[in-house]
Amino acid sequence: MNRDNARSACGAILPVAITLCLSVSSVFAQTTLAPPQDLHAFDTPSDGGGSLTVLWASSSFDNAATRYQVLLSEGTTVQDSAAMQVVAEFPANQHYVRESKWPWWTRPAAGDQHQFTLRNGRGVQLKDGISYSITVAALRSDVREFATPVQATPQPNWINWNQMNNLMLALLFGGIVFYAIGTARKREIFLRRIPGLAAVDEAIGRATELGKPILYLTGAHDMSDPSTIAAAVILGRVAKRTAAYGTDLLVPHRDPITMAVCQEITKQAYLEAGKPDLYKDDSNFFITSDQFSYTAAVDGIMLRKKPAANFFMGHYFAEALLLTETGASTGAIQIAGTDADHQLPFFVTTCDYTLIGEELYAASAYLSREPVQVGTLRGQDIGKALILGVLGIGAILATLGVMFDAQWPQLFLDVFKDVK
Amino acid sequence: MIFLRRQVPLLITLITGLVFAGQYYVPHPASEQMLTSVTKWLQIISGFALVLGVSSLFHVHAVKIRRKEAGWGYSFVLYVSMLSTIAVGLWSNGKEAVDGTMTAFGWVYNFMMVPLQGTMFAILAFFIASAAYRSFRARSREAAVLLIAAVIVMMGRVPLGEYLIPLSGDLSQWILNVLNASVRRAILIGVSLGTVALSIKIIFGMERSYLGGGKE
Repeated sequence: MNRDNARSACGAILPVAITLCLSVSSVFAQTTLAPPQDLHAFDTPSDGGGSLTVLWASSSFDNAATRYQVLLSEGTTVQDSAAMQVVAEFPANQHYVRESKWPWWTRPAAGDQHQFTLRNGRGVQLKDGISYSITVAALRSDVREFATPVQATPQPNWINWNQMNNLMLALLFGGIVFYAIGTARKREIFLRRIPGLAAVDEAIGRATELGKPILYLTGAHDMSDPSTIAAAVILGRVAKRTAAYGTDLLVPHRDPITMAVCQEITKQAYLEAGKPDLYKDDSNFFITSDQFSYTAAVDGIMLRKKPAANFFMGHYFAEALLLTETGASTGAIQIAGTDADHQLPFFVTTCDYTLIGEELYAASAYLSREPVQVGTLRGQDIGKALILGVLGIGAILATLGVMFDAQWPQLFLDVFKDVK
Repeated sequence: MIFLRRQVPLLITLITGLVFAGQYYVPHPASEQMLTSVTKWLQIISGFALVLGVSSLFHVHAVKIRRKEAGWGYSFVLYVSMLSTIAVGLWSNGKEAVDGTMTAFGWVYNFMMVPLQGTMFAILAFFIASAAYRSFRARSREAAVLLIAAVIVMMGRVPLGEYLIPLSGDLSQWILNVLNASVRRAILIGVSLGTVALSIKIIFGMERSYLGGGKE
């Protein structure tokens, strides 16, 4: 009886034991630590030097419990991998090529490979033109498995291929602008009415009737800023009208170079208006580069001379409201135009008319009606339509990519990513 | 002469415009070095240009004093302040402090310039209040929408407001993050395109009025 019981018990335990052994050995085989495979290192492309990139294949032990170490040493010979400097350590389920910020056209390998980029800083000092040995170790508990070290030399590059989408889009937009200018030369293009610009004549006319001057400000930036250039271009159009009406023009400046440029523009405008005798060199004058000293001086001019029209064109900072509120208190017609989005609410609140953002750049076209200017405006509109289309298509593709866990929408999305 | 006044500046603009547009795509240190050098040139040129500005300032105010125009007293104060600051600055070797001790120039800066600048900036608070009062009067449908949005945002941004109207915090965030942010981005896209278009016109000489307005 006892022998039968023992035999039947053995018969029941044996399959369980065999199954257990097999499953344990299977688990052991899956998680056995091995040296990282397919390791290779190279100079990081599209950068200014001082950087290396390492790639290696993903493994079956890529999980949070296992870690990778990236090790570095100067020179091409390595006696002992363990003696190399550890420059990075992270969980084995991180740092894949697909997580990198590189667009698809510059990615060096398939998305499932590991990638780590070494850069100068935080204990790493990579010198251009000097060879380094790099290896990667898989680490769990106290066990480390090293890949065979590879060599690479950091070098500065001449072209940033990551930004080629930016260049292509800039060229495309440039082409559109040239095409639109060509079209504008052949036929007339409709320009919608911009109330702020339509009011320029009204403002100058009012100043003439009242016998008061016109105050024109070109903003806080210097001539290297497009908004200041736009403001200077509009000054030319305004000056031509003030010359025609014989109205005084006051243009206080914060930047001497802008003052010199605006003097030339104003002089030319008076010449073109056939009133060179009315031009005064002092109409453009320098006050100071200091923000609030300039504001105090211009506020003083507004209160003493009581201009009938104030123009605030260009870029402004905290002084915007101090200027426009003082101008509003004198009862002047105020027309502002700025690309400073933070100051727009103040201008909208205190000025009679405000050119919002791009309207500042459109002003020149609106006032001159020259084909080149109008064509550029049309080019901008086509550009905006393109961006609108890209936003819509991009939103749909990104949503589809998330829904179906697909990578192909990235082909489109990367082209329009980081365009700045 | 027309060649020097027109063609040469346009040629310089074309070459430098294209070179520095291309510089953005070149990460090599030589490219960075070139940009740094040119930025220094600009600073030096600006330094020389300051002479233009100061001479303009002196001239304008000298004329006012000589002709005894309205407010010529302010011009006199400007002359006295400027000349005395220059004298004090030269006497102090342009230093605000020496061995931890404030120089006369430092005194002028810290006890005259800084309080005056602070005073101007402080006035902004009162100007914001008066501008807000004017714009928040619900005279039209748009002004009423602005008023309601402003009240919600203001309530949502202060602890007492959120305590009184608990929904105002989330609503305020939604107004700022969705409505406000999208409009700002639309404006920024328009501004960026306008900037690029203007740059193209200037680089290729289609916009020349900044040189003096002529079309020849």
